[in-house]
Amino acid sequence: MSNQGPKTLFDKIWSEHLVGQREDGTNLLYIDRHLVHEVTSPQAFEGLKISNRPVHRPEATIAVADHNVPTINRQNIEDPQSKIQVETLAKNTKEHGIQYFDLMDQRQGIVHIIGPEQGITQPGMTIVCGDSHTSTHGAFGALAFGIGTSEVEHVLATQTIVQNPAKNMRISVNGELPFGVNSKDLILYIIGKIGTAGGTGHVIEYAGSSIMGLSMEGRMTICNMSIEAGARAGLISPDQTTFNYIKGRPYAPGTEHWDQAVEYWSSLPSDNDANYDHEIVIDSSEIDPMVTWGTSPEDVVSVKGTVPNPSSAKTENKKKSIERSLEYMGLKPGTKITDIKLDKIFIGSCTNGRIEDLRKVAFIVKDKKIASHVQAMIVPGSGLVKKQAEEEGIDKILKDAGFEWREAGCSMCLGMNPDQLKPGERCASTSNRNFEGRQGRGGRTHLMSPELAAASAITGNISDIRDFT
Amino acid sequence: MDKFHSLKGIAAPLPIVNIDTDMIIPKQFLKTIKRTGLGVSLFYEMRYDNDGNLIKDFVLNTSPYDQSKILVAGDNFGCGSSREHAPWSLKDFGIRSVISTSFADIFYNNCFQNGILPIVVSTENLDQLMTAAKNQIEFTIDLPEQIIKAGNHSINFEIEEFRKERLLQGLDDIGITLGYQDKINAYEEDKKNKKPWLFKKN
Repeated sequence: MSNQGPKTLFDKIWSEHLVGQREDGTNLLYIDRHLVHEVTSPQAFEGLKISNRPVHRPEATIAVADHNVPTINRQNIEDPQSKIQVETLAKNTKEHGIQYFDLMDQRQGIVHIIGPEQGITQPGMTIVCGDSHTSTHGAFGALAFGIGTSEVEHVLATQTIVQNPAKNMRISVNGELPFGVNSKDLILYIIGKIGTAGGTGHVIEYAGSSIMGLSMEGRMTICNMSIEAGARAGLISPDQTTFNYIKGRPYAPGTEHWDQAVEYWSSLPSDNDANYDHEIVIDSSEIDPMVTWGTSPEDVVSVKGTVPNPSSAKTENKKKSIERSLEYMGLKPGTKITDIKLDKIFIGSCTNGRIEDLRKVAFIVKDKKIASHVQAMIVPGSGLVKKQAEEEGIDKILKDAGFEWREAGCSMCLGMNPDQLKPGERCASTSNRNFEGRQGRGGRTHLMSPELAAASAITGNISDIRDFT
Repeated sequence: MDKFHSLKGIAAPLPIVNIDTDMIIPKQFLKTIKRTGLGVSLFYEMRYDNDGNLIKDFVLNTSPYDQSKILVAGDNFGCGSSREHAPWSLKDFGIRSVISTSFADIFYNNCFQNGILPIVVSTENLDQLMTAAKNQIEFTIDLPEQIIKAGNHSINFEIEEFRKERLLQGLDDIGITLGYQDKINAYEEDKKNKKPWLFKKN
C-alpha cells in the first residue's frame, strides 16, 4: 500500500495506526480502544501474571460482563462457573486499574452496545475485543475487529496487534429501501449473495445511498454481521449522522477538542477514485424482508419464499449441506416460509438490541397479544437502553402484549446464561447466528429483523411485515 | 508456545462445510478460566448424545481416529465466534494440524498462537486427502519443506514466512513486540499532540 494516490477509508486508518514493522516483516498496529468481557479475557490476564507483565495503557481498555449474565435476577448468578468468570473479570480489572461496568451499573450491557452508547467508539479509531462481533463499531468508520484470547493478552501488554493489511471490498447498495425492508434484511441479503466465506481476508466497506440513509443503529446492524460474511471488519464512512450521534456522550471528545476531532473525522471517507480489490453493487429494490431457513447465515430466503430443495444444489457438497441443515431444522423442501410455526421469539443481541429496535417492535405489537403458543422475550442491549425504553413506555406496551421484559445481556443469542432453547424448539431471533446448537442444543433458529420477529410473535408463524395489519 | 516441525499420523475425515466454532466447542464450555482440559468436549454435540454418552459412529469416537493428530475438513473451517477455546480444544484432544480449502480469519490466526498448523489446499487436493483419510492412510506433514504426504499424494502448501518461523521456533509473540516498546511509546507521544481527544481521561 503506497502513501501516495487515492486511499480507502481502511487504508487511511491503517496507515495512521502503523507503529512500525517488526524484523519478521509483520506490522505492528496501534490499538486505540480495547473492549474486554468475561469469557475471552481470564486466560489473557492469567498469561500476563505468569510472565509478570503489566497492562501497557489501562485507560485505553473498558470492561463489562455480558455473555454469562442472568437476565432475571442480577443479584445472584446461579451457575458457579459463570459466577467465577464474572468475579474474575471484576478482580482482574481492579488489579490492573481498568474501568469496569459491573452488573449493578446502569451502563452495563452488551459490549458492542455500550461502546457506541458511551461515546467510546469514534471514527478513525482502531478497536479490538475478544469477540467476533466487534465489527459492529465499524459503523462509525472505526477499524474494529474480533481477536482471540492470545491477542487480547498481546494488546493488554503492548497496546498493539500484529497484523498484515486486509484486502478492500466495497459493497454499494443504492436506492430507497422498499417498504418493510430495513438494515437486517439488507445484511442478510448480502450474506446470502456473497456467502459466509465471501469476505474472508477482506474489510468490507458499505456504501451507497441506501447505507448512508440509515441511522447509526441501522448501520451498526449491518457492520455487526460482517463477520457472518467472513470479513475481518465492516466499515461505513463517518458523516454528519455519525457526528450527531457521538456528540455529548460521556466518552466523546469534549468541547475543547470537538472541532479538531470532527475535522479529522471528515477527512476519513474513501477518496473518490480509491481502488478496491472487489466491488459489488446492489439495487435495493431487489431486496425483500429476509429470513434464514438453515444453519448458516448464508441460508437465507425472502419471507415470501420457500425452503429450498437439496436437489437444486449446484454441487454435491452443497446438496449434502442443505440436507444436513434441513434435517437439523426439521423442515421439508418447498415449505412456504410463512407456514413455519414458531415456539419462541427472541428480540435482543448486539445485532438488534438497541432502542430503535425496541421502538419498532413496540409500534408493531401495540394493543395486540402474542400468539398463545409462543413464548416471547425481549432483552435490551444495555441498562441504559432498558431505562430509556421504560421512560418511553415501551416496556409497558411489550408486557401488555405478552413479552417478557428482561435485564441487559447477550442472553439467548448464544445461550451461555439460562436463556436457551430446548431440543426441537423453533425460534424467531433477531440475533446473528443460526448455527446448530447456538441457542441451545437441538434448538432451531430463524434469523430475521425485529419487525418480522414482532409480527411473527403476534401470528405465531413466521410472518411478512408487509401483510401485517 | 509449543513448536511445530513435522507430524506423522492418521488423519480424521470430517467432510462437512462451514464447521463453525460453536460446533468445535459449544458455549457451555466457554465458562472455564483455563486454557486446558477442553479436549474431552471437542465437537461435543456431534460426539455425545443428549445423555452424555459417546455417539459410537462419530469419526473421532472410532479407532484409529480417536488418536488423530490431523483433521481433514470441508470448506470454511472455523467460521463464527472468535473463541480461542476452539484451537485449545483441538490441541487438548491431540489435533496439531487442520487441512481445509479455507479457514475463517480469526480461527486461522488463533491456531498459530497455539502451535497448530492450519493448511489450505485446493478442492481437488482436499478430495484426495479426504479419501486418504477415510482409507486410514498415514499422513506426514513436513513444515520446513511445506509438504503433505499421504500414500501416493505429495502436496505442497503455502504459508507466510513469519508464521512458519514462529511455529518452527515456538516464539513468544508478546516478547518480540515488547522489543519495540520505544517505538510504541514514541507513537503515543506523537498522537497525544496530534489527536489529544484520544487520550482524554474519563
